[in-house]
Amino acid sequence: MIRSNLKLNLALALLVAAAFAASIAMGRGGTFLTDAFREAYALDPETFAVILYDIRLPRALLGLFVGASLGLCGAALQGLLQNPLAEPGLIGASSGAALGAVSVFYFSLGGGMLGLPLGGIAGAALALGILYALAGRNPSLTTLILAGVAISAFAGALTSLALSLAPSPYAALEIVFWMLGSLADRSMEHVLFAAPFMVLGALIIASTARALDAYALGEDTATSLGFNPASVKARVILGTALAVGAAVAVTGVVGFIGLVVPHLVRPLVGHSPARLLLPSALAGAALTLAADIVVRLPPTGLELKLGVITALLGAPFFLYLVLKARREAAW
Amino acid sequence: MVRALRTENLKAALNERRVLRGVSLELQKGEVLGLIGPNGAGKTTLVRAVAGLIPHEGDIFIDEEPVASLDRRERARRLSYLAQGAESRWPILAERLVALGRLPHLGPFMRPGAEDDAAVQRAMERADVMAFKDRPVTRLSGGERARVMLARALAVEAPVLLVDEPTASLDPYHQLQIMEVLRGFADEGRSVIAVLHDLSLASRFCDRLALLHEGHLAAFGVPGEVLCDANLEKIYRISARRQKGERGEIVLPWARL
Repeated sequence: MIRSNLKLNLALALLVAAAFAASIAMGRGGTFLTDAFREAYALDPETFAVILYDIRLPRALLGLFVGASLGLCGAALQGLLQNPLAEPGLIGASSGAALGAVSVFYFSLGGGMLGLPLGGIAGAALALGILYALAGRNPSLTTLILAGVAISAFAGALTSLALSLAPSPYAALEIVFWMLGSLADRSMEHVLFAAPFMVLGALIIASTARALDAYALGEDTATSLGFNPASVKARVILGTALAVGAAVAVTGVVGFIGLVVPHLVRPLVGHSPARLLLPSALAGAALTLAADIVVRLPPTGLELKLGVITALLGAPFFLYLVLKARREAAW
Repeated sequence: MVRALRTENLKAALNERRVLRGVSLELQKGEVLGLIGPNGAGKTTLVRAVAGLIPHEGDIFIDEEPVASLDRRERARRLSYLAQGAESRWPILAERLVALGRLPHLGPFMRPGAEDDAAVQRAMERADVMAFKDRPVTRLSGGERARVMLARALAVEAPVLLVDEPTASLDPYHQLQIMEVLRGFADEGRSVIAVLHDLSLASRFCDRLALLHEGHLAAFGVPGEVLCDANLEKIYRISARRQKGERGEIVLPWARL
């Protein structure tokens, strides 16, 4: 009766593999590893290995994990809130995570290696918790977006406050650049300490798949089908906080992936919120890896920031969705 | 007769206002029980309390077992609930939407089996929605969509079905169709509690009626007794014109008192 989405998932997995390989192969200014580095390898195998393992591989892995997290969390939040405009960034999770990470970074709260992701996670959880308290049980589109805007604005203001109180202008500049969102110059350590949180978050979210399907009929019907609404919400919030919090803590804010990806994939899975999860994670990874390749293309040698590119493409897309939603349902 | 469901001194509040003030009623197997009463009498609150959607005081028994002793999934398998004006938030295909009714029967990593497919098929045939099983629910007409939603509730194949105003905003043809589906479901030995506003439909299709008034059970019995002039005057504050039908009675609200 019900076909699985094996073909779609396989195709997306291939796309991810291709984007991953391209991310490792593609250098700044669009030079391909293969030609230039064949010579480099012949001349200096050690430098080649350093470039491969310490620069390219962590970057590609982060693109994979962060993109998958954003796509997955976007799909789960849209399912839970029964709203195609929900996204970790729009509802304040990303800015909350950024504030959490900046607080740790800036006020030297410590925590060692885990300080940043933990700060990011705490910030994201706090932002989502406040959103739920503000928006209530079945938030309307307007309430949701306004509450998200308020939380984002407040978290942004606190982040700015932290920056303006920063002891050194160079450190402040560094933070600003970090917050723009980028996968560049991250080390394997970044990958190793953020990835477990993202994997854990993804597993928690995956456990809500069936419940998200039931949420298509509203919270009451989902409850009458045997799902515990408090537990479903807690799992989606915790999973998103873990995955997005850790992602933002290492890469800064990469917006709109979680909005655009589920929207593009949804028609391909018959609009089922549960079936949407895996393809959204895969497509999120592919899109993030691809966008991260695009930022390297300008030949000036000066990279664009990934978060800037996703926002430049994502914000107009969001506007398009808002206009479309307004046409369909007057609000 | 065998009891399918029983409430004992059921109380519940809505927005901190007590809406249900101690309702004891019982539902027999094979019975369609109509829940009637003026707006604000507590009909929806009663149904939502029984469905486990709001906190309540007092006891609810399904098959003489207290619901408090059942876990969520077991309760969902025994009690199916159709909300008033149920809608799908996403343009899911009608067949997939009906299949959501099987969720209480699926284990954590179980895929729907042949039994689930058969239940979905039966529910769709019963609700007469086979013709548009491959269409997105959001593109169906109001009457078609209401039947798909009903099929979703039927697909649970629970012994007890709770439906909140299933005929609201439907044309007469589709109202009759929905009532016939509910009647047929009960005639197979299952039980239905339906919140209704149309007194003639209630009289014709229900075995018994429970008349709620300000959170109390004002009358409980066969339609002919419950819909007497005295009750209509006292509780509905109306007078009605009547005519005997083949089954039940046409009760046409005529004048406000």
